[in-house]
Amino acid sequence: MSVDLNLVWYVLVGLLFAGYAVLDGFDLGVGGLHLFSKKDEERRLQLNAIGPVWDGNEVWLVTGGGALFAAFPEVYATAFSGFYLAFMLLLFALITRAVAIEFRSKKAAPAWRTVWDIAFSLASALAALLLGVALGNVLRGLPLDAKHEFIGTFLGLLNPYALLVGCQVLALLALHGGCYLVLKTEGPLQAAIRVRCGRILAGFILVHVLTTVTTFLTLPHLTIELLDDPIFLLLTVSSVLLVASIPRAMGRGEDLRAFLSTSALILCLLGLVGYALFPSMLPSDPSPEFSLTAYNAASSSKTLGIMLLVAAVGMPLVLAYTGCIYRIFRGKVRLDSTSY
Amino acid sequence: MDLETLSRLQFALTAAFHYVFPPLSIGLGILLVTMEGWYLCTRDRVYLSLTRFWAKIFGLIFALGVATGIVLEFQFGTNWSTYSRFVGDVFGSALAAEGIFAFFLESGFLAVVLFGWERVSPAFHFLATVLVALGAHLSAVWIIVANSWQQTPAGYHLVETATGRRAEITDFWELVFNPSSLDRLTHALLGAWMAGAFLVVSVSAWYLLKRRHLEPSKKSLRLGLVLAALSSVLQLLSGHGSASGVAVNQPAKLAAFEGHYPASEPAELYLFGWVDEASEEVYGPSLPGLLGWMIHGDADAAVTGLRAFPPEDRPPVNLVFQAYHLMVALGLGLIGLALLALLLDLLGTLERHPFILRLLVLSVLGPQIANQVGWMAAEVGRQPWLVQGLLRTSEGFSPTVGSAEVLFSLSLFILVYLLLGALFLHLLFDKIQHGPEPVEVAR
Repeated sequence: MSVDLNLVWYVLVGLLFAGYAVLDGFDLGVGGLHLFSKKDEERRLQLNAIGPVWDGNEVWLVTGGGALFAAFPEVYATAFSGFYLAFMLLLFALITRAVAIEFRSKKAAPAWRTVWDIAFSLASALAALLLGVALGNVLRGLPLDAKHEFIGTFLGLLNPYALLVGCQVLALLALHGGCYLVLKTEGPLQAAIRVRCGRILAGFILVHVLTTVTTFLTLPHLTIELLDDPIFLLLTVSSVLLVASIPRAMGRGEDLRAFLSTSALILCLLGLVGYALFPSMLPSDPSPEFSLTAYNAASSSKTLGIMLLVAAVGMPLVLAYTGCIYRIFRGKVRLDSTSY
Repeated sequence: MDLETLSRLQFALTAAFHYVFPPLSIGLGILLVTMEGWYLCTRDRVYLSLTRFWAKIFGLIFALGVATGIVLEFQFGTNWSTYSRFVGDVFGSALAAEGIFAFFLESGFLAVVLFGWERVSPAFHFLATVLVALGAHLSAVWIIVANSWQQTPAGYHLVETATGRRAEITDFWELVFNPSSLDRLTHALLGAWMAGAFLVVSVSAWYLLKRRHLEPSKKSLRLGLVLAALSSVLQLLSGHGSASGVAVNQPAKLAAFEGHYPASEPAELYLFGWVDEASEEVYGPSLPGLLGWMIHGDADAAVTGLRAFPPEDRPPVNLVFQAYHLMVALGLGLIGLALLALLLDLLGTLERHPFILRLLVLSVLGPQIANQVGWMAAEVGRQPWLVQGLLRTSEGFSPTVGSAEVLFSLSLFILVYLLLGALFLHLLFDKIQHGPEPVEVAR
């Protein structure tokens, strides 16, 4: 039996980016909501809720990027050079975020802290928005030429559909981050965040429905034409049920279930994207014959095989110690002398 | 400026700035393991307070390393897309392995080291410190493997694809253990140990001069000096091994290091000098035959010089020559300083030599500058090649990115990195001013 290594790596790279979306997703969301709490202690609690884990979460992006480079170098090269300015903005947002978290706590002066609070929050929101815009552009298709090069412009990437997906991702991650904060906080801060989550949920459902309808109307090859496929249908129905389960869990005060629902929703939506696009990774529009796929953009099968061994050895270890670290820092966040 | 120059400048700037931090965390990692291990063995609380103090500084350094490192992970794609298409099959594997084996380990357990003091047992905390140090070393392994493949490609073959030529793996272990991997890994790790060791030495010496935190500082100074002396001396051996390897594998680079022009003649060794690239003359004091003796064990042996290569295949000579000679000079100076200070410390008279202590305070800059110019010699010395003998730098950049876009991002990087560098130093000095805190209660 021969294994379709290209398919395996399509799934594995997808899982790495999905892991990033779920894990760093909640701390980007926490960042986006940061400024709504006004008191220093509340902001410290929020920061320390993600304090021990945000850095490890970001490694999923770095590793996803490395895996994309190794398994699908053409996609890595085309996407990152094509999205040049957008990607530079994302990098600056991630840099700003990282140093804001680290620098904020180093001085007690209110002005110092306010500057880093604003930087942290705006950079987090910008990163979430840009990731969504990138996703929207991939779904919509990119102008590519026969040499796999991007021939569009930066402004072309800021099209209404991509911006809409950007807003959807921002709202979803804000909700996801809010649910995480509810889990990690207690008392009046938790109550305030619950109220905020309710409002974000309303906003998210609005933009989610709008995006879904637009996607069905404008990209039928990724949506309507696939409805007779049982797996696509199953994922679509699951996503609807998951969206519905979030207000239900929140209404009943089932905090963990609400967070697991937003996590599952992120995975489910990315699963839909991956399933609908396959084997395309960067679809070309208007010339579909120039699309980059899991087959024409991949490394040699020898390399894919070697990398599979690397992943088979490494990823169980990664999952084991990620689990171990989340366990060590489980429970409500408390401030102590080592906190940010 | 053209697109190639701008892309190169941006890569050089972002890589150089990033490289301030990882060597410090690698070297400091070793010392943190030593301090905490020593505490667990002796239960001497001074070592616990030292561990806590240096772990905080490690955290600051690591945060900057991560923030600036993300840029490098993606810059191959953003600015060097043709290169990425050419090497992805080979080079990408090493980068992915770095993420899987090193980054998760380091960032995950650093959380335990920084925030887990009250949450895990002392033994588990020590284990976390060991794993963080291990992660830091593993990341060096994979990135140096990837870079060494660019210097001395092995374990690959060239394949024609629809969008052009590319390198594909034929033998993974040959790729990993390519001819320069081990030499260069040893050299980079020792350079990192020196960076960490001299940081601890410098801060400890400063406390001694200021008569502050005397008890912990004497202990950390001793630890730092032992590692500094050990790694500096070993670095001399590693440097010699590395240069001998370059002579075999990248003779044009070695010729540029040494400013050796004649195509194949016995070679003198310049102690320092100036290379006039137009007239192909080197001005400076030299020892006849020494270069041949160092490489081939024979003063009369011919050494391949720059004239053996057509001008379009030669690296910029004077820049490489100066960078290389500065690195060697700093390395030798640091050996002398570390050995002298360690001797005085063992004799118990170091505190009576404020001049030496002041030199030790400044010594933190030595490995930093040496690491920077060492990489400059290694990378500029590989020019005009991006992958030695296979792909020219002028063929590697992203053709679809506009010069204006790179100029914009480069300007932004300069601005942001200046700000980050200033803030980093400010916060580092703040922490140093604060100093280690005595730990009252034994855990």
